[in-house]
Amino acid sequence: MTAYILRRLSLLVPVLLIVGVLVFSLIHLTPGDPAAIIAGEDATTEQIADMRERLGLNDPIHIQFFRWFGGVVRLDLGDSIFLRQPVTEALLDRVQPTGLLTLYSLTLAILIAVPAGVIAAVRRNSWVDRALMVVSISGAAIPTFFFGILLILLFAVILRWLPSGGYVDIGEDPIRHVKSMILPALALGFSTAGLLARMVRSTMLDVLREDYIRTAFAKGLSQKTVVLLHALRNAAIPAMTVLGVSLANLLGGSVVVETVFNLPGMGRLVVESVARRDFPVIQGTVMVIAMIQVIVMLLVDVLYVYVDPRVRYGAD
Amino acid sequence: MALTETGDEVVSAQASRRRRFGLAAITPASRYYWLRLLLTNPAALGSLCFLAVVVILAVLAPVVAPYGPTFVNPADRLVGPSSGYWFGTDTLGRDIFSRTVYGARISLLVGLTVMVGTAVLGSLIGLAAGFYPRLDTPLMRVMDGMDAFPSILLAIAIMAAFGASTRNVIVALVVVFTPNVSRVVRSTTLVNKRQLYVESARCIGLRDRTILLRYIFLNSLSPLIVQCTFIVAFAILAEASLSFLGAGVPAGTATWGNMVSEGQGYIRTAWWIAVFPGTFLFLTVLAINLIGDGLRDSLDPRSRER
Repeated sequence: MTAYILRRLSLLVPVLLIVGVLVFSLIHLTPGDPAAIIAGEDATTEQIADMRERLGLNDPIHIQFFRWFGGVVRLDLGDSIFLRQPVTEALLDRVQPTGLLTLYSLTLAILIAVPAGVIAAVRRNSWVDRALMVVSISGAAIPTFFFGILLILLFAVILRWLPSGGYVDIGEDPIRHVKSMILPALALGFSTAGLLARMVRSTMLDVLREDYIRTAFAKGLSQKTVVLLHALRNAAIPAMTVLGVSLANLLGGSVVVETVFNLPGMGRLVVESVARRDFPVIQGTVMVIAMIQVIVMLLVDVLYVYVDPRVRYGAD
Repeated sequence: MALTETGDEVVSAQASRRRRFGLAAITPASRYYWLRLLLTNPAALGSLCFLAVVVILAVLAPVVAPYGPTFVNPADRLVGPSSGYWFGTDTLGRDIFSRTVYGARISLLVGLTVMVGTAVLGSLIGLAAGFYPRLDTPLMRVMDGMDAFPSILLAIAIMAAFGASTRNVIVALVVVFTPNVSRVVRSTTLVNKRQLYVESARCIGLRDRTILLRYIFLNSLSPLIVQCTFIVAFAILAEASLSFLGAGVPAGTATWGNMVSEGQGYIRTAWWIAVFPGTFLFLTVLAINLIGDGLRDSLDPRSRER
């Protein structure tokens, strides 16, 4: 197990280096002089020269890269041009809404997907199964931003049950916080729930065909006991592999959902920074989110190996 | 997004469909067997019909749409759906139906161009990585690096560098989706290159390029076609999301994402501005996904054996 973790950790280094190169290259992909673009159309020659100096664009490119990547390793992501504060500080200010939104969405997705997948598998080929699968396929097809707007239309405009946007800090008023996060979490979690439900259904169907399930039924155990205690535990293991991908989808989707619901998170910071051409913020946020995703994927893989010894023996 | 049914389920569902549609006589040896099988799938057939309507609307937009996409009629601002304006009008008095029809052009253009771009680039990378062991590690590590980003975020970052335009959206999405295709082609290349027919081709002195194209690539086509179908859906969704966020096709252009974005601010008073283009977007992506699912089932060699 330790050897497996060490091997996976060693594979992280080249991946993070490549991620770093890609993120660093962004500013140099801009057509023309990046300093002139960032400084704006009305900038004078002096202001452009000042911006070039500030961003270190006068140095050779490899020096620029190592200086920037060295900063990333020390969690120093440079200074925002527009916000006039360090990027790390700007991100820390916005990490709570994004973190909580991802957490709530994942929880909601699991709470919807596991029962839906189990019921669909147990009632295979019935109308319940078909209806659940239609909903789950639709979940993957409906754009998150459009689903968010439909939720606002129904629950905020027509029924007036929930707020249409805005963020309330959890420490300020926990009840209003929950109310403000229900619709965003539902908008973000729905597509993930669809993917997870289909995975749970598929793995449940495979497990329900196993000999030990037939033995459990033959022993006279109730369907509930067999499904929940014997089948679901084993079906949950392969379904876990989707969790890593799901978290990646949620992190990406948070960019859209935060914009729809006006949440001051990391995703919205990126979107606002694109309009402002604030490259240090774009690079810093993209780098941090990619690093979070890589680490989450690693944790899910390690967890998978931990709970399923077959993978561990295969890996060793 | 792919369905995760088991092979046996797919096979039994297809067998029952063949019986129901009286097509039991069609055998795997029949010509275009996969296509006939696809057409017995009601979800895929319905989706093909819907998609055909969208394509016809997009191609014939100047004929079908009563107004131009930028035609402004200030006298009819924020008019609800009616016989004069089927989908209503927006804040500038532009006809939502006409703009939705023109929006289909951009969505389909982006979806298809991104599919072709990723298919070409992903296949080249996948074939090279799978066939030449020396290239495998460097190429696939770069693909791993690109996969480390949530796809929409990478697309936003690339758009930030390039600037908003339809061409740049296509370039950004080709970059974002290439790792998916390259992985699929690499894995089939790894399997195919160990087959006897590849060894035979080597023995008779064929060049690598010929073996790669004629024997390995052609045998990778089935999974590639399925993957490409999903890429069209992903690309249409991603373009709409980028446009919605203001990082895609420039604002004001009639795209489904831009229209939903413009309608969001008026959702309380004029729901039709966002709901009609959003619904078209949703149904188009759903149809392509269902066709992809149907194609995957009908191209599955396990079902051909039956």
